[in-house]
Amino acid sequence: MGSAVRRTLGRLAGALFVLWAVATLTFFAIHLVPGDPAQAILGGPGSQASQEALDRVRADYGLDQPLLVQYFAMLGRLVTGNLGDSYALRMPVAELIGGQLAGTVVLALLALLVAWLLAIGLALWSTAPGRVSRAVAQGVELTAASLPQFWLATVLIAVFSTALGWLPAVSTGTPTGLVLPVITLAVPLAGFLAQLMREHLLIALEQPFALSARARGESATGIRLRHALRHAALPGINLSGWAVGYLISGAVVVETIFARPGLGRTLLRAVELRDVPVVLGVVLLVALVYVVMTFVTDALSRVADPRLRQEARP
Amino acid sequence: MTDVAAPRDPVLDVRGLEVSFGTGRVRRAVVQGLDLRIAAGQCVAIVGESGSGKSVTARSLLGLAGADAAVRADRLDVGGTGMLRAGEREWRRLRGVGVGLVLQDALVSLDPLRTIGREIGDALRLHRRMPAAAARARVLELLELVGMPDPAGAIDRRSGELSGGMRQRALIASAIALDPPLLIADEPTTALDVGVQARVLALLAEARDRGTGILLISHDLAVVSALADRIIVLDDGLVVEEGPTTEVITSPRHPTTRALVAAVPTEVPRGHPLTLVDRSNALVSRPVTASAPREIVLEGRALTKTFTTRGTPTLAVDDVSFSLERGRTLGLVGESGSGKTTVARLMLAIAAPDSGEVLLGGSAWSSLPERERRPLRPRIGAIYQDALGSFDPRWTVERILRDALGPAATGTEVVDLLEQVRLAPDAAARHPLTLSGGQRQRVSIARALAEAPEILVCDEPVSALDTTVQARVLDLLDELQRERGLSLLFISHDLGVVRHMSDTVAVMRHGRIVEHGDAESVFTDPQHEYTRSLIADAPRLRSLG
Repeated sequence: MGSAVRRTLGRLAGALFVLWAVATLTFFAIHLVPGDPAQAILGGPGSQASQEALDRVRADYGLDQPLLVQYFAMLGRLVTGNLGDSYALRMPVAELIGGQLAGTVVLALLALLVAWLLAIGLALWSTAPGRVSRAVAQGVELTAASLPQFWLATVLIAVFSTALGWLPAVSTGTPTGLVLPVITLAVPLAGFLAQLMREHLLIALEQPFALSARARGESATGIRLRHALRHAALPGINLSGWAVGYLISGAVVVETIFARPGLGRTLLRAVELRDVPVVLGVVLLVALVYVVMTFVTDALSRVADPRLRQEARP
Repeated sequence: MTDVAAPRDPVLDVRGLEVSFGTGRVRRAVVQGLDLRIAAGQCVAIVGESGSGKSVTARSLLGLAGADAAVRADRLDVGGTGMLRAGEREWRRLRGVGVGLVLQDALVSLDPLRTIGREIGDALRLHRRMPAAAARARVLELLELVGMPDPAGAIDRRSGELSGGMRQRALIASAIALDPPLLIADEPTTALDVGVQARVLALLAEARDRGTGILLISHDLAVVSALADRIIVLDDGLVVEEGPTTEVITSPRHPTTRALVAAVPTEVPRGHPLTLVDRSNALVSRPVTASAPREIVLEGRALTKTFTTRGTPTLAVDDVSFSLERGRTLGLVGESGSGKTTVARLMLAIAAPDSGEVLLGGSAWSSLPERERRPLRPRIGAIYQDALGSFDPRWTVERILRDALGPAATGTEVVDLLEQVRLAPDAAARHPLTLSGGQRQRVSIARALAEAPEILVCDEPVSALDTTVQARVLDLLDELQRERGLSLLFISHDLGVVRHMSDTVAVMRHGRIVEHGDAESVFTDPQHEYTRSLIADAPRLRSLG
């Protein structure tokens, strides 16, 4: 029991370290992007703000301070849980993100679910005996995994919206508007997942326990469903923590192309405008999601793999 | 023991079995012209080296030889059903009902993610429509039958949570769940401790006595001689000898059989080779052991080592003392978990003892700081069970040996080393993956010899090898010891091997040495009860034991 508490505390410390590192890296990286935040605060380069106004804004926001001073001021604010106000939109970052969060989370989770279903189906189909499907599946997986999202999105729009007119090209807030964005995000991930699962399905099918089960009268399908699939799902579960991070960064592209409100678009716009508080807020949130997902996938792995629940042996 | 009673219904009747892989011109037959008849209550064994076609035969009898295998026979009656023209559906109906399969170590032969209750219940679920409660009751009954301690507690556990013996019992329970008339056991005791091995064999004997026909497959003649009525010796897919067990063991006719008989180390005195080649000139009697006291090259004094797992300390090595004399072999024998490997690590100074001390050549060893110990390290070499795992798979044998020899190594030195372990010079260019298990162990011995050690620590060096391959590696170690005056610390769970190799023996149990002394006296007149049970359980050729 004591060791479980110690392990959790250790992981929390690790998570805090990750968040700090992400905040630091992002803070310094955003200052490498050309542009002037004071301009952004005054409405962008087109606003023709006077030098006087710019100077006043710099003094108000502490932008005239040395970078290190600004950095520590930011850390101080973050520690108290204050993400600050958006330069461009003049509203609290927390409120801004809160409004955009749901759309992106729904998109990412749906994409993860669809990717898993596609991957399981593809992996099971391609490992069935007596078929030439293995080579086909391998090609499909590799292609899917290497598809660029912006290209896939463009093709999907061209086919299903422009040519066939079945689905809207621009997000409408209705469920049908979600279909193309979800597919765009899910297909490359499904390619990755299917590759991983097929490999581990085949490894599991080669194990002596598969032969034992066949010798008891289990069918070729039964072996894959009742035995091998679970072994193959374990690496997939471990990958899913990474996958959520991948999906949220993919949301930047997808939300822009499909004109969907969400964190991705918010982030993209904030980077363009050098809206430092918003960029920091979104990046920190993504890092937090990533950390939380790692906790979740670890817990799921423990549920799926009883061996992890046993005590380590010397 | 030989089955001369009135012929009963055969549970297996196979004539002219041929299994081949590949197609057209590249077709390769791995089993040819095999006839096999097993009556109810009879046990027939197929014995041969790995690659002789034993396991393929077993799989063919279950219709599981694989999609790329072609199986042909004049007759193929399994469990009383003609399977010659059977499709997958008929085979599935037969498996588990007409024939059961027991494979080696159940750690990998039972699904590690499922409870043994579900694994054993599978046969019931697949072939009988049975309510869950009734199936569970039947599984408990089966666990009771195979002698599982605390069946109610074990049923919901997974193979990884059970000891080797309990796992193997569960595996046997899953194979006999529907009481099939034929049981195929493919290396059912390989990699098990002798005590567990003896109990598993006893379990199979019980099934045989209940009327189950058993096909036993093994590379170890000693194991099958305890159980089989008849023995079939397979070499490269062909039956080279067949007959009643006693006959095959006492008067083997074919060279393959003779090699298998000779390779069983249990009854072969120290210093006598286990391989038949060059027996005439290789037989060298050992110097009389009662000579003047020899120099002690390695000594452990009151060693203690504790591991702590989640706050629970385990005493892995408990007050262990022994000494190794120059040019001699100290055998360390015990079951898995007895602390043998920890002792090896302490001797090699890979781990530090909690208390006590290891002395090398009479001076400090375990207590030295690593900086001072490193220049002395070449004096002790080591070889392990898993030779392959100790090599970088991308390296050739030459690179492995050059790395051990040091930067100034020449090609001749590499060839020299290979010659010393009786490997051909062309082995230098090969990768360990392409070598056989015996060849790999030779490479690891060559690597250990590269630094010209005085002492060689051998941790289960032959446990993963077939008996005939094991015999060749043991002979090599013996010869090297004579040629180079090596002192060996020889660690094994296999009593026969330790007895054959050792001058003095220490028996370990639960981290303690329970008996220690001259090998002959320990084995002929064991003082400790545990030693006596180990000796009783060690497999030996029935006709000799």
